[in-house]
Amino acid sequence: MTETEKEIVIRIRGLHNQFGHHVVHQDLDLDVYRGEVLGVVGGSGTGKSVLLRSICGLQTPKAGEIDVLGTNVLTASDDERSRLERRWGVMFQDGALFSSLNTRENIEVPMRDIVGLDPILRAQMADLKIALTGLPYLAGDKFPSELSGGMRKRAGLARALALDPEILFLDEPTAGLDPIGAAEFDILIRQLSKSMGLTVFLVTHDLDTLHATCDRIAVLAEKKVLVTGTMKQMLDVEHPWVFEYFHGPRARAAMDAIPAKKAD
Amino acid sequence: MTDTLLPARIETSQDEGATRLALHGAFSLVILTPLVRDLTRAVASGAVTIDLTAVSRLDSSAAWAICIAEKDAISNGQSFQITGLSEESKTLLGAIKKALPQPDTAHPKPLRLSDRLENVGRTIAASGQFLLELLGYLGLFIDRMFRSIRHPSTFRFTALVHHCTEVGVKAVPIVALMSFLIGVVLAFQGSTQLRQFGAEVYVVDLIAISVLRELGILLTAIIVAGRTASAFTAAIGSMKMREEIDAMRTLGIDVAGALFVPRILALLLMLPILGLIANISGLVGGGLMSWIDLGISPGMFQTRLIENTGIWHLLIGMIKAPFFALIIGIVGCHAGMQVGSNAESLGQKTSASVVTAIFAVIVTDAIFSIFFAQVGV
Repeated sequence: MTETEKEIVIRIRGLHNQFGHHVVHQDLDLDVYRGEVLGVVGGSGTGKSVLLRSICGLQTPKAGEIDVLGTNVLTASDDERSRLERRWGVMFQDGALFSSLNTRENIEVPMRDIVGLDPILRAQMADLKIALTGLPYLAGDKFPSELSGGMRKRAGLARALALDPEILFLDEPTAGLDPIGAAEFDILIRQLSKSMGLTVFLVTHDLDTLHATCDRIAVLAEKKVLVTGTMKQMLDVEHPWVFEYFHGPRARAAMDAIPAKKAD
Repeated sequence: MTDTLLPARIETSQDEGATRLALHGAFSLVILTPLVRDLTRAVASGAVTIDLTAVSRLDSSAAWAICIAEKDAISNGQSFQITGLSEESKTLLGAIKKALPQPDTAHPKPLRLSDRLENVGRTIAASGQFLLELLGYLGLFIDRMFRSIRHPSTFRFTALVHHCTEVGVKAVPIVALMSFLIGVVLAFQGSTQLRQFGAEVYVVDLIAISVLRELGILLTAIIVAGRTASAFTAAIGSMKMREEIDAMRTLGIDVAGALFVPRILALLLMLPILGLIANISGLVGGGLMSWIDLGISPGMFQTRLIENTGIWHLLIGMIKAPFFALIIGIVGCHAGMQVGSNAESLGQKTSASVVTAIFAVIVTDAIFSIFFAQVGV
């Protein structure tokens, strides 16, 4: 592993998050490298989503430093922030689509800020994103309430990809999907990250997703990133929670289901 | 990777009868419009070569433009070459080519006259259906009331008390304040007009009749419709949304008895009381303003009020209260049950229930006015 040579796109140092007296993160350090798919796992309440929200600037931490693409998220000026926000895309758990707009208009929302982009081209770009995320072509005219859960997630992903971001944040991408839909979504994330050169930061509970999509796994426990590494390295960690997570019955089932074809 | 931020540039040159487009820098949506324009022009003029050697970043929009141009050129039988393609760009182009949106042919057909007529008909039928449903809910409420009388043990007394607090007690301040101010306004406006005729003292009759007969109960009902119909819809609707209603049904709990009866009954009990409070505070406001503005002392106000205002004025106002209560309660509960499985419909139904309840209250009040005028009281 020549990790020092890889470019770090997200660097977190000494992150401290606290709600009232409840400390969620303490001295949390994490690096995300360009082009990788990083899966963040942890038990309920270990602050996986809080971590994601802190990086995206939706949650101001008590202390710590977060650098994304060389910009300090916490001290950036409004201009720097909006420039940065164009270089990342966030997909929320249930898509978080604007309910008053149809799918195509939803995807067009981030593109509206681009000066000189022809409205017809913009609609075509939205259609392209719809197609890239595997939605049927007609889905563009539908409103979020008319889409199924899986389609809403895909539409949310399409909106996150609207500006061809360098980093993609995914919050529980496969939660609430049936196994087939979840597996398809895993493959989609993998394909898109390859073809569009994305760095993916995903928060998940789903062991299958970890197997199918992630290059590296970061385990949140005891208020910090306890350990990072590949799936194989995870199996050797002796921490009780990590051991239980990666050796439990569900983990074994997930590992049996997917042959070791992760070496791509 | 600072070169990803280099501005994009397109250089066009003619080369052995083919148009050569050399792309430089980072391509993104910002330059999509000129890129598409240049590509279309180049394809229209003949063979095209695209040089991507100096491209630092090719995004999906630029890749799409190239794919589309290539497709056009191939369908025209022209040559289209791409050189200097990096490994990443190749994967991206491949992915885009696979995903190229297939334009569909099924467009919605325009509305014809018969379609419009059909829409009108459907809307009317839907309104009739809506009224029938409300009537159904009224029947349901009455049926469950009788059932509660026959089996008093099934009646939810705690829920009734809770809703009485919510619907009645908590509404007292706003209702009293509003009615007080209406009394003040009536006294003030009435006195200015009546003074012209030297008939200031009739301001007492004006206030008494308008507050007792109409305004006290009508405005109370409107405020309660705004407060309570929306609260009923939101509470029942969010239970519907989270399948709690379905859970109640599978557990064998009677939804109407458990949710509707305590709410509507609380309104039935509380609205007359609120109306009475509104009446009193309206008279107090009017009396106070008459005292300040016209010098009609409270004692004189009281005497005139008792001598000149028949008990019927108060009764006519109070008779309307239970009707308004039923309307507000039934509209609120019915709208709550119409909520679908998404949060958007909850918001829609909540605002619809308030509008319907207020509208129905005013219509009913108008009908009562005509009725009492015909009967002659």
